[in-house]
Amino acid sequence: MKESLFCSGHSGCPGCCDAMISKFVLRGIGENCIVSTPTGCLEVMTTPYPDSSWNVPWIHSLFENAGAVASGIESAWKAMNKDDDTKFVVIAGDGGTVDIGMRSISGAFERGHDITYICMDNEAYMNTGVQRSGATPYDASTTTSPAGKESFGNELPKKNMPEIMAAHGSPYVATASLAYPKDLMKKAKKAADIEGPTYIHAHAPCTTGWGFDTSKTVEVGKLAVQTALWPMYEMENGEITQVRKVKNPKPVEEYLKLQRRFKHLFTKEGGDEEIKKIQETANFNIKHFGLQ
Amino acid sequence: MVELRNITKDMMTVVEGSYAVAHATKVCKPNVISAYPITPQTHIVEELSQFIADGEIENCDYINVESEFSALSTLVGSSATGARTYSSTTSQGLALMHEVLFNASGMRLPIVVTVVNRALSAPINIWNDQQDSVSERDSGWIQLYAEDVQEAADMVAQAYKVGEDPDVMLPVMVCMDGFLLSHVYEPVVLLEEDLIDDYLLPFDPKYKLDPKDPKTFGAFAPPASYTEFRYAQEQAMSAALDKIEKAADDFYDVFGRYYGGLIDEYKTDDADIIIMAKGSIIGTIRDVIDNLRENGVKVGLLKVRALRPFPKDAIKEVVKDSSVVITLDKNISPGVNEGALCTETKACMYNSDINVPVIGYMIGLGGRDIPEDTIENIVDEAKEVINSGISTESQFTDLREDLI
Ligand SMILES: Cc1ncc(C[n+]2csc(CCOP(=O)(O)OP(=O)(O)O)c2C)c(N)n1
Ligand code: SF4
Ligand SMILES: [Mg+2]
Repeated sequence: MKESLFCSGHSGCPGCCDAMISKFVLRGIGENCIVSTPTGCLEVMTTPYPDSSWNVPWIHSLFENAGAVASGIESAWKAMNKDDDTKFVVIAGDGGTVDIGMRSISGAFERGHDITYICMDNEAYMNTGVQRSGATPYDASTTTSPAGKESFGNELPKKNMPEIMAAHGSPYVATASLAYPKDLMKKAKKAADIEGPTYIHAHAPCTTGWGFDTSKTVEVGKLAVQTALWPMYEMENGEITQVRKVKNPKPVEEYLKLQRRFKHLFTKEGGDEEIKKIQETANFNIKHFGLQ
Repeated sequence: MVELRNITKDMMTVVEGSYAVAHATKVCKPNVISAYPITPQTHIVEELSQFIADGEIENCDYINVESEFSALSTLVGSSATGARTYSSTTSQGLALMHEVLFNASGMRLPIVVTVVNRALSAPINIWNDQQDSVSERDSGWIQLYAEDVQEAADMVAQAYKVGEDPDVMLPVMVCMDGFLLSHVYEPVVLLEEDLIDDYLLPFDPKYKLDPKDPKTFGAFAPPASYTEFRYAQEQAMSAALDKIEKAADDFYDVFGRYYGGLIDEYKTDDADIIIMAKGSIIGTIRDVIDNLRENGVKVGLLKVRALRPFPKDAIKEVVKDSSVVITLDKNISPGVNEGALCTETKACMYNSDINVPVIGYMIGLGGRDIPEDTIENIVDEAKEVINSGISTESQFTDLREDLI
């Protein structure tokens, strides 16, 4: 195995979530893969011509077509009788997945291509300066859903992408987090080894976009899991088969207060009520996924 | 001159144009075909799916994608993996591919797409003109236009030959007029399976996606290098000029059929009036020229096969001794009031010592019929230009006054 499949020296922010996830995913899957990445932070920071951080074959085409590009790679590989154990992997941002890439990922999963799709969910369009995406959580302040006199930020809940992918008949859907690298590596390998289209939705705390100290990426990621705001589970053929237990869930404040994007909840009148609503989401997760 | 060598009736089969194209594609042995329905293109991918269902194309995957955007995006992935790739589309489908078109050419992926030319909405219209492909002439794709079914089918092989040439490495659109060619039944020679290996080498690109030799495709080019990528694309287009000629010559050597290279000519040697056009209208123009020649009118045809790369030198060579050039365009750039051939032919003569007037006509838009009379009237107007200069540089043809 090569020393590193994802090399340092890229121009991501210190403590960058996208870089960490890519590194762990490749560690899990190994060198025998072909990676597609849509436009976004990861693509920009890892491939300024003539440099590249990728020690595996890698392709970027456009923002909204990674599912289709990976489909084409997998089809070509199999059509040309190269049916060894090569894995076909997408590593994509949340915007490129749950919003603009939705058509192409849906097509790829419906057709049943043997691909593994990893969504790095940093909960906004980071590369263009932290705009709201369909994965932005309730009450997060972004540059297009700012908190203001009349607003607590993003008014809508996150799109439930894992559920949507499971509904496509995917044999394996899992959530993961960069804060649990061993778990992420294990899930990435499992997803790649399972035949058919598999999906991992990985939480990706972004120092720049969320506003926390660059040393706290993992801490923030852990708190999301420990507060039950980021349930970690695996679904096989549509059924939940594994859940990471959270014995004594922490109050959501502990997660929220570290981040600038939720700061208004602690300073603005009515913020407590909003925090209660977010706590309800955590409570729902605890019950729904049987976290305790 | 169109030349057909050694072709006897028993070599010909009467088939629909779409079938002939699908058959030629099959013979070229693609590895990945992506398909999405849209009239009047659909018959091509239907025929291909039947070939697949009957096990007639080896080592090939046929992908029923969920949009034209993905039709081309899948082929980007496939082509980068070293596969020979094919799709066909038209009009709204091609427009939906717009962003991917630039991406495929920028990544130098020699995908071949048959464009069954159709008008663009609004108003929605399923009939033929060439606005769809002409609007994409800056996308970095080679664009070839076929005159008839036989040429549209044979052009698929020529397209792979040119596009996959290591000096070119560009995607190619093979353009054929919707319905007029795609749905017409004509006697054709189906592209000969036993001869293809003498013409087309297997696709084996220098760079491809392969874990054994990892490469990065589609990198981010900052201002310090972006210009040179664009320059390299233009160099490839320039290289394609000769390759298109050669692909046509080689095709003649192997298959005995020739339709011109970058351009073709008909009765231009002594012509005062030269009619320029591309696509199926060429057949009508040939008939008009034969009629007019009987009455002593010195008129000839310049058939444009390649719109990109634009064969400036070849065009100048043909028109330089004429007295007037007529361009017939099934497209318009609103706000310029000209079609592409009009604008570009004028442009290529400027800064040269050729001083021939060019008059342009937008014709056959949205499938409107093009009677021979209409072209004869245009020739009459060209005679006026020879006598007394240009009065109208470019105009719509056969406008219905009752609707204006
Ligand atoms: C068709 C198109 N629309 C918009 C953009 C601009 N754009 C590039 S990257 C990006 C944000 C990417 O967000 P996400 O997918 O979440 O990845 P992240 O950068 O957050 O990791 C946007 C909006 C584009 N490149 N292409
Ligand atoms: S903005 Fe976020 S995702 Fe983008 S490079 Fe910085 S840390 Fe990584
Ligand atoms: Mg994002």
